Amino acid sequence: MTTVGQGPPRTLDVRQLPSYRYGPGSLMWWGTIGLMLIEGTVFGLGVMVYLYLQGNADAWPLDAAPPDLRWGTTNTAILLLSLWPNQRAKAAAEREDRAKARFWLLVCLVFAAAFLAVRTLEFTTLNVSWTANAYGSVVWLLLGLHTTHLITDTVDTGVLGALLFSKRFENKRFVDVSENALYWYFVVASWLPIYGVVYLAPLL
Amino acid sequence: MNPRAAVPAPRTMVWGALTGFAACARSASGALAPAGIQAERIHALWQLTLWVCIVVFAAVLVALGIALAKARRARSTGGEAPAPSDLARPHARRAVTLATLVSGALLVALVVADVLTDRSLSRLPVDDALHIEMTGYQWWWQARYADDGGESFGVSNDLHVPIGRPVVVTLKSVDVIHSFWVPELHGKKDLLPGRTTTIQFRADRAGTWRGECAEFCGLQHALMAFSITAEAPQAFADWREHQRTSAAPPVEPAAAAGLRLFLGGHCAQCHTVRGTPAAGTLGPDLTHLASRATLAAGTVANEPAALAAWIVQPQSLKAGATMPPSRLAPDDVRALVSYLETLK
Amino acid sequence: MKPSPAAAGPARLRDGPLGEPAALAALEAAWRDPPGFMGMLRAIDHKTIARRFIVATLVFFLLGGLLALLMRLQLARPGSALIGPELYNQLFTMHGTTMMFLFAVPVMQAVAMYLVPLMIGARAIAFPRMNAFSYWIFVMGGAFLYLGFAMGAGPNVGWFAYVPLSSADYAPGKGADIWAQMITFTELASMLVAVVLITTIFKMRAPGMHLNQMPLFVWATLVTQFMVLFAMPAVMVASSCLILDRLVGTHFFDPAHGGDVLLWQHLFWFFGHPEVYLIFIPPLGFISSIISTFSRRPIFGYPAMVLSLVATAFLAFGLWVHHMFATNLPEIGKSFFTAASLAIAIPSAIQIFCWIATVWNGRLVLRTPLRFVLAFFVILVLGGLTGIMLGAVPLDLQVHDTYFVVAHLHYVLLGGGVFPLFGAFYYWFPKMTGRMLSERAGQLHFWLFFVGFNVTFFPMHVLGLHGMQRRIWTYPAGLGWDGMNLMATLGAALIAVSVLVFIANVGFSLRRGAMAGADPWGAGTLEWSVPSPPPAHNFDRIPVVHGSDPLWAAAREPVCVSGLAADAREVLVTSALHARPESRPLFPDPTAWPFVSALATTVLFVGSVFSPWAVVWASLPLAIALIGWFWPGRRDRARSMALEQRP
Repeated sequence: MTTVGQGPPRTLDVRQLPSYRYGPGSLMWWGTIGLMLIEGTVFGLGVMVYLYLQGNADAWPLDAAPPDLRWGTTNTAILLLSLWPNQRAKAAAEREDRAKARFWLLVCLVFAAAFLAVRTLEFTTLNVSWTANAYGSVVWLLLGLHTTHLITDTVDTGVLGALLFSKRFENKRFVDVSENALYWYFVVASWLPIYGVVYLAPLL
Repeated sequence: MNPRAAVPAPRTMVWGALTGFAACARSASGALAPAGIQAERIHALWQLTLWVCIVVFAAVLVALGIALAKARRARSTGGEAPAPSDLARPHARRAVTLATLVSGALLVALVVADVLTDRSLSRLPVDDALHIEMTGYQWWWQARYADDGGESFGVSNDLHVPIGRPVVVTLKSVDVIHSFWVPELHGKKDLLPGRTTTIQFRADRAGTWRGECAEFCGLQHALMAFSITAEAPQAFADWREHQRTSAAPPVEPAAAAGLRLFLGGHCAQCHTVRGTPAAGTLGPDLTHLASRATLAAGTVANEPAALAAWIVQPQSLKAGATMPPSRLAPDDVRALVSYLETLK
Repeated sequence: MKPSPAAAGPARLRDGPLGEPAALAALEAAWRDPPGFMGMLRAIDHKTIARRFIVATLVFFLLGGLLALLMRLQLARPGSALIGPELYNQLFTMHGTTMMFLFAVPVMQAVAMYLVPLMIGARAIAFPRMNAFSYWIFVMGGAFLYLGFAMGAGPNVGWFAYVPLSSADYAPGKGADIWAQMITFTELASMLVAVVLITTIFKMRAPGMHLNQMPLFVWATLVTQFMVLFAMPAVMVASSCLILDRLVGTHFFDPAHGGDVLLWQHLFWFFGHPEVYLIFIPPLGFISSIISTFSRRPIFGYPAMVLSLVATAFLAFGLWVHHMFATNLPEIGKSFFTAASLAIAIPSAIQIFCWIATVWNGRLVLRTPLRFVLAFFVILVLGGLTGIMLGAVPLDLQVHDTYFVVAHLHYVLLGGGVFPLFGAFYYWFPKMTGRMLSERAGQLHFWLFFVGFNVTFFPMHVLGLHGMQRRIWTYPAGLGWDGMNLMATLGAALIAVSVLVFIANVGFSLRRGAMAGADPWGAGTLEWSVPSPPPAHNFDRIPVVHGSDPLWAAAREPVCVSGLAADAREVLVTSALHARPESRPLFPDPTAWPFVSALATTVLFVGSVFSPWAVVWASLPLAIALIGWFWPGRRDRARSMALEQRP
C-alpha cells in the first residue's frame, strides 16, 4: 500500500508501529541480557576461583570454621520468595496496570530491605576474614560481588518505583519495570551457585 | 600497474626466508645447536615444523600470486556497480575444500609429532641421575648438588655436569617467578613460588653454555645468567670432589687480613665459605669463588678489579642488587680481594 | 513484508519520499550534535563518538610507538647505558599496555561504532548515551595511566603483570595499582560498547536485511563483541583481585596463605588469548569488505566465512594454557591445548582460501586499501605459521619468553591487525571525511611500512632461537646478537618514517584531498549510498534491503521506509533474524549526563587506588549521576508522549 495519495515509489510505511514493545522487542531487553552475560561470567569466574583454590588445598576451609549456615540459608529463602512479588510486578507492568505495578514494586523493596539486612548478618558469621588466607579472600569476594548486585538491584527498583509515582511517568516506562524484573531474576539465580559454593562446599 | 608488484614476488620471499634460516642454521647457537638429547629432540621437531611451514607459506603465496595474475584488470572503480556477469559466483568449492583438507591433515600430522616429542621429552630415563636443586633469587642462582656418594654442596652460578648422565634439576624460587633455560640442552622451565618444578636433561658432548633467567623477574632480569659446563665423567668427578672441599686457611698475610675482614665485617652474615665460620645464606656460596668465570650472575668477568668494584659498590655493576655497599678503605678492599682470590 | 495502512493521527513531518526537503532539513536538525563547548560534552552521535574514539586510539598508537622507538634505541648496541633498567622496564610495560589495551582492541570497536549503523541502514547506534559514556571512561582511564607514568609512577611489571612480581612485596609504589585500575576503566568501556554493538546489529538492521545477508564486516563485529562479553570479565576479576591483594591484604595470589601464582596466569590468559582475537577478527571483516570491492564481486563462500568467524571465536577460548607451557601443569592438559592451538588455524585458513578464490578471475582494482590487505597474506600468514610452532610444547619450551615470541606477536598483530586497519583507513577515510587520501603517499606509506616491518621483526625470530630472552634492558656483546638488534632498530626507524608519511597524508588530504563523493570505490554495501561525510541522520530515507550487497543489486520495491518522525529522533527497530519492522522508539537527545557519570566513575576508580573507602563514598555521587541520567526530562517526556503508540 502506498503512502497517502501520490505516485512516488512504494514505500514501507512504519508510522503505525508501536513506539515501544516488551521482551526481545525492546532494546532494553537486549541491553539487560548483555549485562547479565557479563555479570554471569564474572560470577562464574568467581566460583571457578573458589573451586581452583579449594582444589589446591589439602584441607578446606583453610584454618577456619565453615560459615554459619543460618543467615545464608535464611537469605536464600528470602531471595527465592522475593521472586513472587517480582513476577507480579513484571506481569502488572506488561498489563500496563500502574497501580498494581507500584504496589508490587513496593513489596519487592520490602524484600530488598530484608535481604540486605540479613546479608549484613551473613558477613558477620562467615567465621573468617579476607586477610586471613586465600579461602577468606575468595569467600568475601564472592559475597561482596553478589552484595553489590543486591544493592544496585535495590536502587534500580527504588528509582523505578519513584518513577511510577512521578508525573514524569509514561507508558513506555513499563518496559523498564519489566526488564528490571529480569535483572532481579538474575540476581537471585546467580546467588544459588554462590550459596552452594560458600556455604555447602566446605561441608563436603 | 602490475598487481604482482603489490607484493614482493612469492619466490623472493621464500628464498629470503630460506637463506635467512639456512644462514642462522649454519651460524648456529642456542636452540639451533643442540648439545644434549632433549634439545636434539626439540631441534628435530623444529626442523620438521619449519619445513612444513615453509612449504605452506610458499603455497599460499603462490596461490595468491596466481590469483592476482589471473584477475582481469578493471579500469577503475569510480562509483559503477559491477556488471552482472562479474557478480557470478566462482566455482571454487572443490579447490577450497581440498585446500582445507590438506591443511587439516598437515595440522593433524604436526599435532601427532608434537605430542610424541613431548612425551619422549618427559620420559627421559633418570635412573642414576645427578640431582641438583636450583633456587632462583632476584637476581642470581644457587645450586645445591645432592649427596651422590659423598656430601651435598652448594655452588653459585657455574654448574658442571657429566656428559652422558641424566641430570634432574629441582627448581624453587624464594621470591618471584624465574625460568631456567639453557637452550643448547633443553627448553625452559619456570621456577614458581609456592611450587617445586623439575627439569630433566642430559648433555651429550663437552662444552660450556650460557644459561639465563627467561621469565621477567624485575629490575635486573637481564643480568641473571648462569653457566653449565659438561665434561667427561672423570673430569666431573674431580670437579665435584674439589667443590666438596672446604676453603683452606690463607697463608699470605694480606689474604689472612682479608679473611679477618670477611668474618669481622658484614660479609659472613650473607655468605657461606665452608671451612670458616661464615655460614650466611642470603647471598651466594663463595667457597670456590675464585674458580668462577663471572661475577654477579654473569654480569662481569671475574677479575680482581671487577671484584673490588663489586665489593665497594655493587650498584655500580648491577643497579638494584640486594648486596649493600661496603665502607672499606682501599687497603682493606685489596686485602679482602686477595683473600677471595685464594678461594679457588 | 506488509506495508502498513495509510497514516492516521496528527499531521507531523515524517520521513520518506514525500515532504522533502522540509523533512530532510528537520532530520538534520533533529539529529545533529549541539554546538559549542557544552555541545561537545553533550554529543551522543555515534559518528562523533567513534571519530573521537579513533583519534584517541591513534594518539595512543603514536605514544606506544614512541616508547618502542626508545626501546629499540637502547637495544641497538650491546651494553648500552642510554636507558637504565628501571626506565626500560617501564617502557616495555607501557608499550605493551598501550598497544593492547589503549589501541588495538578499542580502535577496532571504534571503527565498528562508526560503520555498523551505516552498513545496516540505521540512523543511530543502540544506547547512544551509554556509548558516549564508554568513550569518556576510556579516555579518562588512558589519561590516568599516562599521568601516572609521567609522574614517575608508571607500571614496570610487564603488560601482563605476573604475580608475585606485581604484588605489593615486589612492586612497591602505585605503578601496578594504576595499571590494574586502568584495566578496569578500559575494559568497562569495551564491554559497554560490546553491548551497544550487539544490540544494534540484532535489532536495528534495515528491513529485509536478514541475518544471513548482512555484510561480513558486521558478522565479524558481532562475533567479536560476544567474545568481549565473555573474555573481559576475566581480566577485570584478575586485576581486581590484584588490587585487593595489594591494597587490602587479601591473599588470592599468595602461596604462603593458600593462594596460587598460577591463578593469576589462568585468569589473565583466559582473557589474554581471546583478546588477540578481539584484535584479529574485526580486520577479517575489513579484509572481506576491501577484497570484495576491489575484486568487484561478493566474497566467495559466505556461509563458510561466517562459520569460520564463529568457530574462531569459540576456539579462541580454548587456547589460553599455551601461554603457560613452561609451568608445571600436567602434560596431558598441555597436549589438549596444543591440539586446540593448531585447530584454530583451520577456520582462518578457510577464510584465506575463500579470499583467494574471490580474487581469482575477479576484476582487480589495485589501490592502497588492497595493498595493505595483500600484506596481510604475507605477514599474518607467516605469523600464524610461527604460531603453529609455538603451539607445540617442545618448541614453545625453547622459544617461549624470547624474541621469537616478540616476532610472532608482532607478525600476527600488525599483519593481522594494523595492516588491515591501515587498509580500512584508506578505504573508509573518504566516507568519513568526504576526501580521498593521496594514492601516491599511500603507496609510499605502504612500502616503507612493509619493508620497515620485516626488517624490524624478522631478525627477532633468529634472535630468539639464539637465546635472546624478552624484556631485557641490555645484552652482553659477544653472543652474536649485536647485528640483528641493530638491524631491528633501523627497521623501527623506517616504520616511524612510514607513520609520519601517513600522518602527513591525512593532514594534507583533510584540507586538499580530492573530493570523494558518496561511492568512490563502486562498492556494494549501504554505507556507500549516503553522502560523504554522512549527514547527522545517516540516511535521508531508511533503505529496504532485498539481498546482500544492496548497491550491486537491481532496485526492488519497496525501496525505502517512510513514516518515521522527521523532527524527532525516531529509530526503526526490527526483528533479530529477518529484520521485520517491530517498533519505532524515540531516542534520547544529546545530554551531558554520560560525561558527568564518567567523571564520577573516574573519581571512584582513581580514589580506590589510594583508599579502599573510596569505593563507598564515591558511589554516592555516581549513583546520583546515574539516576539523573535515567530520570526523564520534561521535554523528552512531552515529545515521547506525542509520538507514543502502545503495542
